Amino acid sequence: MSDIIKAEKLTFAYPPDEGKEPVQALKEIDLSIKQGSFVVILGHNGSGKSTLAKHMNAVLLPGGGKVRVDGMDTADESLLLEIRRRVGMVFQNPDNQIVANVVEEDVAFGPENLGIPTGEIQRRVSAALKAVGMEAFTLHAPHHLSGGQKQRIAIAGVIAMEPACIVLDESTAMLDPLGRREVLDTVKRLNREKGITIVLITHHMDEAAMADRVVVMDGGRVVMDGAPEEVLVRVEELQAIGLAAPHTVELLHGLRQDGFDVPLDALDIQACAGAIARALKTVEARD
Amino acid sequence: MLKDITLGQYFPGNSLAHRLDPRTKILLTVVYIVALFCAKSFFSYGVVALLLLTGIKISGVAPRALVRGLKPILFIICFTAILNLFYTPGETLASFWIFRITKEGVLTAFFMVLRITMLIMGTFLLTYTTSPIALTDGLEALLNPLKKIRVPVHELAMIMSIALRMIPTLIEETDKIMSAQRARGADFESGNLFQRAKALVPVLVPLFVSAFRRADELAVAMECRCYHGGEGRTKLHVLRYQTIDCLVFSAYIAVLAGVLALAHFGL
Repeated sequence: MSDIIKAEKLTFAYPPDEGKEPVQALKEIDLSIKQGSFVVILGHNGSGKSTLAKHMNAVLLPGGGKVRVDGMDTADESLLLEIRRRVGMVFQNPDNQIVANVVEEDVAFGPENLGIPTGEIQRRVSAALKAVGMEAFTLHAPHHLSGGQKQRIAIAGVIAMEPACIVLDESTAMLDPLGRREVLDTVKRLNREKGITIVLITHHMDEAAMADRVVVMDGGRVVMDGAPEEVLVRVEELQAIGLAAPHTVELLHGLRQDGFDVPLDALDIQACAGAIARALKTVEARD
Repeated sequence: MLKDITLGQYFPGNSLAHRLDPRTKILLTVVYIVALFCAKSFFSYGVVALLLLTGIKISGVAPRALVRGLKPILFIICFTAILNLFYTPGETLASFWIFRITKEGVLTAFFMVLRITMLIMGTFLLTYTTSPIALTDGLEALLNPLKKIRVPVHELAMIMSIALRMIPTLIEETDKIMSAQRARGADFESGNLFQRAKALVPVLVPLFVSAFRRADELAVAMECRCYHGGEGRTKLHVLRYQTIDCLVFSAYIAVLAGVLALAHFGL
């Protein structure tokens, strides 16, 4: 499959404060994201993960190197609208990205900007609200909704532009566990059913477990990249850059240090319980 | 406490008044105001009042809600009435000390009170039956010709709708900041007006800072959704005049033209 986003030797520095050295937020990043994949980008605060996300739809432009979206160079201003239509972005604070005071008007905001005919906008709005399971709230006022519902409205607003990729920049960070679950289930379903590429920026390890691919960032560089079973089991390396492995992996890691023969790559509770049960059986058989 | 504030109050409904095109309603309100200021006699006032009453009846808005809307301007009404009552020259009805009530004074005061009351009620009828979005859309459509003389009509409408959208968010935020300050011993309720105003400064500063931060984030979010000004923008709901708009509008104009003609002949 083709790459929807491709960064080549991407570097970026924010303008420095008066009399200070500029801080390199991104250092020579090479990263390509395949169309239809579900990628989680992990990193603690200041690792450059949000800066990287903002390069994916030309909110920030590369200081050095190139970013291509579906083959289009983000530095080319004439392609700006086309790039932003392909790669939609959902931000952290739901209150600061909702534009209108009726749900359907907000979802229609993107298509309206693209100059899509009225009838087609109406079709897209109801399809998008259905895709995020919010069709019952079409005429509601957004400020009466819960955090998770507001983020689903924001996602619907992006889907209505029919993008190839959705970037969620810590969109679950301000939500309660229930809201997080709603949003994650929604994006998982969009990825599976509509083939929309998902790039999820987060610092929640358990969200990483559901991805096809996990990219770990630290100090403006990509330090790990691979399937969740490969990346999330590197407990010591993750700890060294301020991240904790998922609880299940931590537990198995602890058991292993105590001399039990268990695999590390159990990312959900079922697999973890199975691994422990098997280990116990071998111990029993030995005794 | 702050949650009680409602701006541009709108009572959802499905009456004829609700279904009319917002542009029709705005125009009707303008014409109504003009007629109100042209009315000079009992008869012409009566006709305008009849229009207002019909409007209220059709809209299904509780008259009590309209009367409640008058409360904030009660002082202005009384003030105007008293001024007119005592300072209109003419045939004296009664006098004491330096005050003199004239027949003309009583009449003008009466008409003045009637005029202000009906003005407020008529405009409230507009906002009570038209959602803020419809109102903004209607204004944008009506002011569209002004684009030719470089009035940023789309931008003004966008500012208005974002402001309406942000009011509940900012009210919620103010409540939160005030609670946080109260938890640390701030006192907003006691003291004279000056002291109370001063106590609000520590609330306003963080509110402003956060409003600017929100504005910044909202701007980026809007750009990400391909916002690039009003150029080439389409709409989810397009305003369309219906037959009923024409009918109501013609009937209305006919009645008011009659009033104006009568006023011209001094009736």
